Amino acid sequence: MADGLTRNQMAWRLGRDIAEGSYVNLGVGIPLLVLEHAPGGREIIFHSENGVLGMKPKDETDGILPDDLTNAGKQPVSLVPGAAMFHHADSFIMIRGGHVDIAVLGAYQVAENGDLANWRLPGSPTAPAVGGAMDLAAGARNVWVICEHNGRDGAPKIVRECTLPLTGPGSVNRIYTDLAIIDVTPDGLVVREKIETLSLEDLQALSGAPLTLANGWRPLEAPDL
Amino acid sequence: MIDKQCKSAAEAVEGIKDGAVILVGGFGQTGEPMDLLDAIAARGLRDLTIVANGGGSGEHGIGRLLAAGCVRKLVCSFPRVPGSVAFEELYEQRAIELEIVPQGTIAERVRAGGAGIPAFYVPTGAGTELADGKELREFEGRTFVMEHAIKGDVAVIKADRADRWGNLTYRLSARNFNPVMAMGAELTIAQVEECVPLGGMDPETIITPSIFVDRVVEIPGGVSNG
Repeated sequence: MADGLTRNQMAWRLGRDIAEGSYVNLGVGIPLLVLEHAPGGREIIFHSENGVLGMKPKDETDGILPDDLTNAGKQPVSLVPGAAMFHHADSFIMIRGGHVDIAVLGAYQVAENGDLANWRLPGSPTAPAVGGAMDLAAGARNVWVICEHNGRDGAPKIVRECTLPLTGPGSVNRIYTDLAIIDVTPDGLVVREKIETLSLEDLQALSGAPLTLANGWRPLEAPDL
Repeated sequence: MIDKQCKSAAEAVEGIKDGAVILVGGFGQTGEPMDLLDAIAARGLRDLTIVANGGGSGEHGIGRLLAAGCVRKLVCSFPRVPGSVAFEELYEQRAIELEIVPQGTIAERVRAGGAGIPAFYVPTGAGTELADGKELREFEGRTFVMEHAIKGDVAVIKADRADRWGNLTYRLSARNFNPVMAMGAELTIAQVEECVPLGGMDPETIITPSIFVDRVVEIPGGVSNG
């Protein structure tokens, strides 16, 4: 079996697809790695649900107390010139009102129709926690999922229908995994990029919904990180 | 002369009653009014409903209120974080009621409460189990969920600077839910890093105007969960 991308490489690869001028929200987990690997030379404005536009990775010399400025994962971050602060109701006006261009979210399951499940595992003894996931799934103009192609138990995360509780119906536009980049289209799931040495048949065997290979598909590649 | 300044956290939380609905600012421990919450816990109140983003972490703040058995119900979006030991113990023992609300819906429900709007429709949660039992309505071909305003008896918040009227400024993302909670309660109590003379704040920089604030207490530094 071909080696897939690491989490950092997945985040790097997703970052290359963010256009100049985009307002981008990053969910907790792998999505926050996109901040560390954002493309240079492009002005991309990262939104954090807790009231930040224009965050960047923590610069220890910025003089900001770690508790005064965090990302959605409660880790310290810094600000770019031009950053702005606002309260939670305004932050979710940006999200729910369709002002955020791209939300990058993790996933337990994504269905071929774009349904997303990423907030609750039934039967888990721990309490459910939704955070801003449903607001982002419902409100962002584009939802890009970044996740491993298969769960720790090997089960495909890309499925015909979600069996886990939904975060949002029909929310997802594109999926970045360690093995492929897949668009959710009215005609089903279309593979735009895949690990070059992995055949479509092998990728299909690791997936729970039918895939088609795009004309002009490209190899999924990233530098060592 | 208007003077909303209190001498201590204990004085600032006087008059809060058993069963109160308390709106709490903060996101993680950033902007959480730990000293006011500790003072409420010290009063040994019971059956409180806490509306906040999370369920606290560590021994101060919401964590202390939970550990002290003051809370009957928690309304929040994300109760489980590293250090949320007090919440997790209560949840495991089924000793607390939990209402999970999407983060933006909490913010808007409280904003609506403060704005005199009893209910409203959001796309958030439509088609999910969090819409179960709620009124649905179609607008422009899309399904929306009716959500009700939340009104607090009390809001406890943390800000950076205040004057004796209760005008407030905040520090970076420590703003988060604080200005929203401030607008949503009958009695709003703010702990601040510093009180400045009236007129000492540029009107253009005031984030929470004094009309929303009833009591202020200056607590430089304040306790922290580390």
